[in-house]
Amino acid sequence: MKVLAVSGSLRAGSHNTRLLEEAAAAAPDGVEVELFDPARMAALPLYDQDLDDEVAPASVRELREAWAGADAILFATPEYNGSIPGGLKNAIDWASRPKLDPALRNQTVAVIGASTGQFGAMWAQQDLKKVLGIAGARAVGDPVPVARAHEGFPEQLHEQLRGVLQRLVEATELEAVAA
Amino acid sequence: MSTTVSVTPLAPAGTWAADPVHSNVSFEIGYAGVNTFRGAFKEFTAVLAGDSLEGTAAVASVDVKDDHLNDHLQTPDFFDAERFPEIAFTATELAKAEDGTLSGTGELTIKGVTRPITLTGRIADAPATDPFGRERLGVRLEATIDRNEYGVSWNAPNQSGGNYLADEVALFAELALVRQEG
Repeated sequence: MKVLAVSGSLRAGSHNTRLLEEAAAAAPDGVEVELFDPARMAALPLYDQDLDDEVAPASVRELREAWAGADAILFATPEYNGSIPGGLKNAIDWASRPKLDPALRNQTVAVIGASTGQFGAMWAQQDLKKVLGIAGARAVGDPVPVARAHEGFPEQLHEQLRGVLQRLVEATELEAVAA
Repeated sequence: MSTTVSVTPLAPAGTWAADPVHSNVSFEIGYAGVNTFRGAFKEFTAVLAGDSLEGTAAVASVDVKDDHLNDHLQTPDFFDAERFPEIAFTATELAKAEDGTLSGTGELTIKGVTRPITLTGRIADAPATDPFGRERLGVRLEATIDRNEYGVSWNAPNQSGGNYLADEVALFAELALVRQEG
Protein backbone atom coordinates (compact mmCIF):
# COMPACT_ATOMS: atom_id res chain seq x y z
CA MET A 1 0.00 0.00 0.00
CA LYS A 2 1.32 3.42 -0.97
CA VAL A 3 0.81 6.40 1.34
CA LEU A 4 1.60 9.74 -0.21
CA ALA A 5 3.16 12.14 2.32
CA VAL A 6 2.32 15.80 1.72
CA SER A 7 4.14 18.51 3.67
CA GLY A 8 2.46 21.89 4.03
CA SER A 9 5.84 23.56 4.32
CA LEU A 10 8.06 24.36 1.33
CA ARG A 11 11.18 25.20 3.36
CA ALA A 12 14.19 22.95 2.68
CA GLY A 13 14.80 22.31 6.40
CA SER A 14 11.08 21.97 7.18
CA HIS A 15 10.16 20.32 10.48
CA ASN A 16 7.00 18.95 8.87
CA THR A 17 8.88 17.37 5.98
CA ARG A 18 11.19 15.84 8.58
CA LEU A 19 8.12 14.64 10.47
CA LEU A 20 6.97 12.82 7.33
CA GLU A 21 10.41 11.26 6.92
CA GLU A 22 10.05 10.05 10.50
CA ALA A 23 6.65 8.60 9.55
CA ALA A 24 8.26 6.80 6.60
CA ALA A 25 10.77 5.25 9.00
CA ALA A 26 7.92 4.16 11.31
CA ALA A 27 5.83 2.57 8.55
CA PRO A 28 4.37 -0.87 9.33
CA ASP A 29 5.20 -3.79 7.02
CA GLY A 30 3.61 -3.47 3.62
CA VAL A 31 3.25 0.32 3.82
CA GLU A 32 5.40 2.47 1.59
CA VAL A 33 5.46 6.17 2.43
CA GLU A 34 6.41 8.34 -0.54
CA LEU A 35 7.14 12.04 -0.07
CA PHE A 36 5.26 14.35 -2.42
CA ASP A 37 7.95 16.79 -3.55
CA PRO A 38 7.03 20.18 -1.99
CA ALA A 39 8.34 21.83 -5.17
CA ARG A 40 5.34 20.36 -7.00
CA MET A 41 3.03 22.24 -4.66
CA ALA A 42 5.06 25.42 -5.14
CA ALA A 43 4.66 25.05 -8.92
CA LEU A 44 0.87 25.34 -8.78
CA PRO A 45 -0.75 28.57 -9.91
CA LEU A 46 -3.16 30.23 -7.50
CA TYR A 47 -6.55 28.57 -7.88
CA ASP A 48 -8.48 30.30 -10.64
CA GLN A 49 -11.56 28.74 -12.17
CA ASP A 50 -10.69 30.43 -15.47
CA LEU A 51 -7.56 28.25 -15.63
CA ASP A 52 -9.51 25.13 -14.67
CA ASP A 53 -11.13 24.42 -18.03
CA GLU A 54 -11.06 21.21 -20.07
CA VAL A 55 -7.28 21.05 -19.95
CA ALA A 56 -6.00 22.20 -16.57
CA PRO A 57 -2.36 23.39 -16.21
CA ALA A 58 0.20 20.56 -16.25
CA SER A 59 1.20 21.12 -12.61
CA VAL A 60 -2.46 20.77 -11.61
CA ARG A 61 -2.99 17.62 -13.68
CA GLU A 62 0.07 16.05 -12.08
CA LEU A 63 -1.12 17.00 -8.59
CA ARG A 64 -4.57 15.54 -9.18
CA GLU A 65 -3.13 12.35 -10.64
CA ALA A 66 -0.70 11.87 -7.74
CA TRP A 67 -3.25 12.60 -5.00
CA ALA A 68 -6.04 10.54 -6.53
CA GLY A 69 -3.67 7.67 -7.36
CA ALA A 70 -2.34 7.20 -3.83
CA ASP A 71 -3.96 4.58 -1.59
CA ALA A 72 -4.02 7.17 1.20
CA ILE A 73 -2.49 10.57 1.96
CA LEU A 74 -0.71 11.68 5.13
CA PHE A 75 -0.61 15.46 5.51
CA ALA A 76 1.82 17.24 7.84
CA THR A 77 1.07 20.90 8.39
CA PRO A 78 2.80 23.78 10.12
CA GLU A 79 0.67 26.59 11.54
CA TYR A 80 0.79 30.03 9.96
CA ASN A 81 -1.19 32.69 11.82
CA GLY A 82 -3.37 30.11 13.48
CA SER A 83 -4.21 28.05 10.42
CA ILE A 84 -2.81 26.11 7.46
CA PRO A 85 -0.33 27.62 4.98
CA GLY A 86 -1.86 29.28 1.93
CA GLY A 87 0.11 27.04 -0.41
CA LEU A 88 -1.37 23.90 1.13
CA LYS A 89 -4.88 25.33 0.98
CA ASN A 90 -4.30 26.24 -2.66
CA ALA A 91 -3.25 22.66 -3.48
CA ILE A 92 -6.36 21.30 -1.73
CA ASP A 93 -8.55 23.76 -3.62
CA TRP A 94 -7.15 22.44 -6.91
CA ALA A 95 -7.57 18.84 -5.73
CA SER A 96 -11.20 19.44 -4.72
CA ARG A 97 -12.03 19.93 -8.41
CA PRO A 98 -13.30 19.07 -11.01
CA LYS A 99 -16.68 18.95 -9.32
CA LEU A 100 -17.80 15.66 -10.88
CA ASP A 101 -14.67 13.70 -9.99
CA PRO A 102 -12.47 15.59 -7.54
CA ALA A 103 -9.08 14.05 -6.70
CA LEU A 104 -9.79 14.16 -2.97
CA ARG A 105 -13.31 12.71 -3.05
CA ASN A 106 -13.37 9.59 -0.84
CA GLN A 107 -9.57 9.62 -0.55
CA THR A 108 -8.47 8.35 2.87
CA VAL A 109 -6.37 10.96 4.66
CA ALA A 110 -4.80 11.62 8.05
CA VAL A 111 -3.35 14.81 9.51
CA ILE A 112 -0.29 15.39 11.66
CA GLY A 113 1.66 18.57 12.32
CA ALA A 114 4.70 20.14 13.90
CA SER A 115 5.49 23.66 15.09
CA THR A 116 8.18 25.39 17.06
CA GLY A 117 5.53 26.65 19.50
CA GLN A 118 3.99 24.82 22.42
CA PHE A 119 0.76 23.67 20.74
CA GLY A 120 2.19 21.65 17.85
CA ALA A 121 0.10 23.22 15.05
CA MET A 122 -3.11 22.05 16.71
CA TRP A 123 -5.33 24.75 15.17
CA ALA A 124 -3.85 24.13 11.74
CA GLN A 125 -4.50 20.40 12.07
CA GLN A 126 -8.12 21.03 13.06
CA ASP A 127 -8.59 23.42 10.14
CA LEU A 128 -6.90 21.01 7.74
CA LYS A 129 -9.16 18.17 8.80
CA LYS A 130 -12.22 20.37 8.30
CA VAL A 131 -11.07 21.54 4.86
CA LEU A 132 -10.25 17.99 3.73
CA GLY A 133 -13.65 16.75 4.90
CA ILE A 134 -15.49 19.41 2.94
CA ALA A 135 -13.32 18.62 -0.10
CA GLY A 136 -14.81 15.11 0.18
CA ALA A 137 -11.94 13.19 1.77
CA ARG A 138 -12.28 10.51 4.43
CA ALA A 139 -10.29 11.99 7.32
CA VAL A 140 -9.35 9.39 9.93
CA GLY A 141 -7.60 9.50 13.29
CA ASP A 142 -6.86 12.30 15.71
CA PRO A 143 -4.37 15.15 15.29
CA VAL A 144 -0.77 14.47 16.31
CA PRO A 145 0.59 17.77 17.65
CA VAL A 146 4.39 17.85 17.73
CA ALA A 147 5.45 20.92 19.76
CA ARG A 148 8.88 22.63 19.91
CA ALA A 149 9.96 20.67 16.84
CA HIS A 150 13.24 22.58 16.63
CA GLU A 151 14.31 20.91 19.89
CA GLY A 152 13.90 17.46 18.38
CA PHE A 153 11.12 14.89 18.26
CA PRO A 154 9.89 13.11 21.40
CA GLU A 155 10.67 9.43 21.90
CA GLN A 156 7.07 8.24 21.69
CA LEU A 157 6.57 9.90 18.29
CA HIS A 158 7.75 6.84 16.37
CA GLU A 159 4.94 4.73 17.88
CA GLN A 160 2.39 7.51 17.38
CA LEU A 161 3.26 7.82 13.70
CA ARG A 162 3.14 4.08 13.28
CA GLY A 163 -0.36 4.20 14.82
CA VAL A 164 -1.47 6.89 12.37
CA LEU A 165 -0.26 4.82 9.41
CA GLN A 166 -1.91 1.72 10.84
CA ARG A 167 -5.18 3.67 11.08
CA LEU A 168 -4.83 4.64 7.41
CA VAL A 169 -4.26 1.00 6.47
CA GLU A 170 -7.36 -0.11 8.38
CA ALA A 171 -9.49 2.63 6.84
CA THR A 172 -8.43 1.80 3.29
CA GLU A 173 -8.93 -1.92 3.88
CA LEU A 174 -12.47 -1.18 5.04
CA GLU A 175 -12.99 0.71 1.83
CA ALA A 176 -11.82 -2.25 -0.23
CA VAL A 177 -14.32 -4.49 1.56
CA ALA A 178 -17.17 -2.02 1.12
CA ALA A 179 -16.40 -1.55 -2.57
CA MET B 1 -57.01 7.92 27.26
CA SER B 2 -55.70 4.61 26.08
CA THR B 3 -56.43 3.14 22.71
CA THR B 4 -57.14 -0.47 22.01
CA VAL B 5 -54.79 -2.22 19.67
CA SER B 6 -56.74 -4.14 17.10
CA VAL B 7 -55.87 -7.62 16.02
CA THR B 8 -57.30 -6.93 12.59
CA PRO B 9 -54.76 -6.75 9.76
CA LEU B 10 -53.26 -3.40 8.83
CA ALA B 11 -54.32 -3.78 5.24
CA PRO B 12 -56.15 -6.29 3.08
CA ALA B 13 -53.97 -9.26 2.24
CA GLY B 14 -51.40 -8.90 -0.45
CA THR B 15 -48.39 -6.77 -1.16
CA TRP B 16 -48.61 -2.99 -1.16
CA ALA B 17 -45.80 -0.99 -2.75
CA ALA B 18 -45.12 2.74 -2.55
CA ASP B 19 -45.96 4.80 -5.59
CA PRO B 20 -42.81 6.98 -5.64
CA VAL B 21 -44.43 10.03 -7.23
CA HIS B 22 -47.11 10.39 -4.59
CA SER B 23 -44.98 9.31 -1.62
CA ASN B 24 -42.31 11.19 0.29
CA VAL B 25 -39.39 10.07 2.43
CA SER B 26 -37.98 13.06 4.27
CA PHE B 27 -36.15 14.32 7.32
CA GLU B 28 -36.12 17.33 9.62
CA ILE B 29 -33.23 18.58 11.70
CA GLY B 30 -32.81 21.56 14.00
CA TYR B 31 -30.65 24.20 12.35
CA ALA B 32 -28.61 26.99 13.99
CA GLY B 33 -30.60 26.37 17.15
CA VAL B 34 -33.57 28.39 15.91
CA ASN B 35 -34.95 26.72 12.77
CA THR B 36 -36.01 23.42 11.31
CA PHE B 37 -34.28 22.34 8.12
CA ARG B 38 -35.90 19.81 5.78
CA GLY B 39 -34.58 17.43 3.20
CA ALA B 40 -35.83 14.40 1.30
CA PHE B 41 -34.76 11.36 -0.66
CA LYS B 42 -36.01 11.32 -4.23
CA GLU B 43 -35.39 7.60 -4.82
CA PHE B 44 -36.77 5.08 -2.38
CA THR B 45 -38.79 1.90 -2.14
CA ALA B 46 -41.31 0.72 0.44
CA VAL B 47 -43.35 -2.47 0.56
CA LEU B 48 -46.02 -3.39 3.11
CA ALA B 49 -47.00 -7.03 3.57
CA GLY B 50 -48.85 -8.27 6.63
CA ASP B 51 -47.60 -6.35 9.65
CA SER B 52 -44.16 -5.65 8.16
CA LEU B 53 -42.90 -2.79 6.08
CA GLU B 54 -39.54 -2.78 4.35
CA GLY B 55 -37.93 0.12 2.60
CA THR B 56 -34.75 1.58 1.17
CA ALA B 57 -33.57 5.06 0.21
CA ALA B 58 -30.73 5.90 -2.18
CA VAL B 59 -28.18 8.21 -0.55
CA ALA B 60 -27.27 9.61 -3.97
CA SER B 61 -30.81 10.94 -4.29
CA VAL B 62 -30.74 13.16 -1.20
CA ASP B 63 -32.29 16.51 -2.02
CA VAL B 64 -31.81 19.63 0.10
CA LYS B 65 -32.29 22.47 -2.42
CA ASP B 66 -28.59 23.36 -2.61
CA ASP B 67 -26.15 21.46 -4.82
CA HIS B 68 -23.12 22.22 -2.66
CA LEU B 69 -24.86 20.80 0.36
CA ASN B 70 -26.13 17.81 -1.63
CA ASP B 71 -22.51 17.11 -2.58
CA HIS B 72 -21.27 17.49 0.99
CA LEU B 73 -23.97 15.09 2.22
CA GLN B 74 -22.53 12.40 -0.09
CA THR B 75 -19.06 12.59 1.46
CA PRO B 76 -17.64 10.74 4.48
CA ASP B 77 -18.42 13.87 6.58
CA PHE B 78 -22.08 12.79 6.36
CA PHE B 79 -23.53 9.70 4.62
CA ASP B 80 -20.35 8.37 2.93
CA ALA B 81 -22.22 7.34 -0.20
CA GLU B 82 -19.25 5.53 -1.71
CA ARG B 83 -19.21 2.93 1.05
CA PHE B 84 -22.84 3.09 2.10
CA PRO B 85 -25.01 3.94 -0.92
CA GLU B 86 -28.26 2.80 0.63
CA ILE B 87 -30.29 3.47 3.75
CA ALA B 88 -32.44 0.49 4.78
CA PHE B 89 -35.46 0.30 6.97
CA THR B 90 -37.58 -2.53 8.35
CA ALA B 91 -40.68 -2.15 10.51
CA THR B 92 -42.10 -5.21 12.18
CA GLU B 93 -45.09 -5.83 14.41
CA LEU B 94 -46.85 -2.74 13.15
CA ALA B 95 -50.15 -2.48 14.98
CA LYS B 96 -53.17 -0.36 14.21
CA ALA B 97 -55.35 1.11 16.94
CA GLU B 98 -59.08 1.71 16.48
CA ASP B 99 -58.48 5.40 15.80
CA GLY B 100 -56.12 4.57 12.92
CA THR B 101 -52.88 5.32 14.75
CA LEU B 102 -49.98 3.01 14.05
CA SER B 103 -47.21 1.92 16.33
CA GLY B 104 -44.38 -0.48 15.93
CA THR B 105 -40.71 -1.14 16.16
CA GLY B 106 -38.15 -1.41 13.47
CA GLU B 107 -34.54 -1.31 12.46
CA LEU B 108 -32.85 1.45 10.56
CA THR B 109 -29.47 1.08 8.84
CA ILE B 110 -27.53 4.23 7.98
CA LYS B 111 -23.82 4.29 7.13
CA GLY B 112 -23.58 0.59 7.89
CA VAL B 113 -24.92 0.96 11.44
CA THR B 114 -28.18 -0.81 12.31
CA ARG B 115 -30.14 0.44 15.31
CA PRO B 116 -33.62 -0.27 16.65
CA ILE B 117 -36.18 2.50 16.23
CA THR B 118 -39.67 3.17 17.55
CA LEU B 119 -42.31 4.17 15.06
CA THR B 120 -45.56 6.03 15.28
CA GLY B 121 -47.95 6.99 12.53
CA ARG B 122 -51.32 6.64 10.90
CA ILE B 123 -52.91 4.39 8.32
CA ALA B 124 -56.04 4.96 6.25
CA ASP B 125 -59.15 3.17 7.49
CA ALA B 126 -59.66 1.32 4.24
CA PRO B 127 -58.22 1.33 0.73
CA ALA B 128 -59.62 3.61 -1.96
CA THR B 129 -59.82 2.76 -5.65
CA ASP B 130 -58.29 5.42 -7.89
CA PRO B 131 -59.64 6.51 -11.32
CA PHE B 132 -57.50 3.83 -12.96
CA GLY B 133 -58.81 0.97 -10.86
CA ARG B 134 -55.82 0.63 -8.55
CA GLU B 135 -56.37 0.10 -4.84
CA ARG B 136 -54.51 2.66 -2.75
CA LEU B 137 -53.76 2.95 0.93
CA GLY B 138 -52.14 5.87 2.76
CA VAL B 139 -49.58 5.31 5.51
CA ARG B 140 -47.58 7.86 7.43
CA LEU B 141 -44.75 6.80 9.73
CA GLU B 142 -42.30 8.79 11.76
CA ALA B 143 -39.37 8.16 14.06
CA THR B 144 -36.74 10.24 15.78
CA ILE B 145 -33.09 9.22 15.88
CA ASP B 146 -29.80 10.56 17.21
CA ARG B 147 -27.67 10.87 14.06
CA ASN B 148 -24.46 10.46 16.07
CA GLU B 149 -25.40 6.85 16.80
CA TYR B 150 -25.10 6.23 13.06
CA GLY B 151 -21.81 8.09 12.70
CA VAL B 152 -23.39 11.02 10.86
CA SER B 153 -21.76 13.50 13.18
CA TRP B 154 -20.56 16.53 11.22
CA ASN B 155 -21.14 19.77 13.09
CA ALA B 156 -19.83 23.28 13.68
CA PRO B 157 -20.21 25.57 16.69
CA ASN B 158 -22.61 28.51 16.43
CA GLN B 159 -21.00 31.81 17.33
CA SER B 160 -23.79 32.38 19.84
CA GLY B 161 -23.31 28.97 21.43
CA GLY B 162 -24.51 25.45 20.78
CA ASN B 163 -24.05 23.63 17.51
CA TYR B 164 -25.09 24.49 13.97
CA LEU B 165 -26.90 21.16 13.48
CA ALA B 166 -28.97 19.34 16.08
CA ASP B 167 -28.23 15.75 17.06
CA GLU B 168 -31.85 14.62 16.77
CA VAL B 169 -33.30 14.01 13.34
CA ALA B 170 -36.98 13.32 12.69
CA LEU B 171 -37.66 10.92 9.83
CA PHE B 172 -40.90 10.72 7.89
CA ALA B 173 -42.30 8.25 5.41
CA GLU B 174 -45.54 9.38 3.80
CA LEU B 175 -46.45 6.47 1.61
CA ALA B 176 -49.03 6.16 -1.13
CA LEU B 177 -49.21 2.37 -1.21
CA VAL B 178 -50.65 0.61 -4.25
CA ARG B 179 -51.81 -2.98 -4.11
CA GLN B 180 -49.68 -5.14 -6.36
CA GLU B 181 -51.36 -7.59 -8.71
CA GLY B 182 -50.80 -11.29 -8.44
